[in-house]
Amino acid sequence: MLKTAINAISLWMIPVIILVVLIWGLVKKVPVYETFVDGAKDGLRVSVNILPYLVAIIVAVSMLRASGAIELVQNAFSGVFEALKIPADILPVMIVRSLSGSAVLGLLSDIVQNFGPDSYPAKLAAVIVGSSETTFYVLAVYFGSVGIKKFRHALLTGILADCAGIIAAVAVSRWLFL
Amino acid sequence: MNYIWFFLIFISIVTAAFTGRIDAVVSAILDGAQKSVEIALYLAGIMAFWLGIMRIAEKSGMVEFIAKLLTPVARRLFPEIPDGSPAVGDIAMNFTANAFGLSNAATPMGLKAMEELQKINKDKNSASNAMCTLLAMNTAGFQLVPATVIAVLASFGAKNPTEIVLPALIVTTIAFLSALVIVKILEKLTPPQKENGGEEC
Repeated sequence: MLKTAINAISLWMIPVIILVVLIWGLVKKVPVYETFVDGAKDGLRVSVNILPYLVAIIVAVSMLRASGAIELVQNAFSGVFEALKIPADILPVMIVRSLSGSAVLGLLSDIVQNFGPDSYPAKLAAVIVGSSETTFYVLAVYFGSVGIKKFRHALLTGILADCAGIIAAVAVSRWLFL
Repeated sequence: MNYIWFFLIFISIVTAAFTGRIDAVVSAILDGAQKSVEIALYLAGIMAFWLGIMRIAEKSGMVEFIAKLLTPVARRLFPEIPDGSPAVGDIAMNFTANAFGLSNAATPMGLKAMEELQKINKDKNSASNAMCTLLAMNTAGFQLVPATVIAVLASFGAKNPTEIVLPALIVTTIAFLSALVIVKILEKLTPPQKENGGEEC
């Protein structure tokens, strides 16, 4: 019952956001069509910028998979991952998501391609990636911009919160998708 | 990232030498490169649509409106900021823009807030408590709709790619709230900043 509701909200959230934004725009007399087109140009720029990163990561991970190295690691640690019901392929996603947003998107694509878009590993990876931010990049940019050299408790906070996020992602995905 | 990437490729070629799968590795290069372009193309469409909608939210003042609603909450989280400082408003805007996935708008707001916080910082070399809280908000990255992830799922033909929207929202909320709790706890445990330390260096 709750799961059906969650599915319904997931499905309706995007259409509702779009509708609210458009109605608000019209009420405020914003030229919605021109503004949309202007913003959409950014989307093209984003995907062109991201392409080199995708090529770098997807090619490297495809090579790794084809070589059999991932299976070797999987076999070595299969007990641990099985106990936690986490597919071994998710491990790189958990690590890289704090380092590079484009790279983790490449890893996600690789998992979705390999296991199928409706598989549990794909959904788990999607939830992990969809709920995360590239912690180290943010720290570098924000502190770099004002010349802060001592991060004090910001770094540890970022890492601990990322761990909390991963635990939550695994728990929620296991409950909903397994 | 340099070493990680190098090791991925290095290990695959070395492993392939042992497992005798070098032909599979070579064709993986070609397949991987082709797949990347397909994903980027798919991403282009969905990102263009989503950012187009979000630009309307920005231009119509909706983002600003929500940021205003959140300002009292932001003030609570940043007791160090004096009244009348523009930093609180910038922080609220930064959070709201991030939530809407407008990272191009969020980052400049966040950096502006950092500048304001640096002005009232006692030690210009080390992060003030307020800065750490702002960073906690940003590294936890609260986001309403993960558009790129949906695009990737959709590009591989997922039956219901938006299925992950609410689960991701639940997780991002948990991560965000735990970031705030953690930062406030660590704030108490971390040695305080030196008064005017670093001014001379």
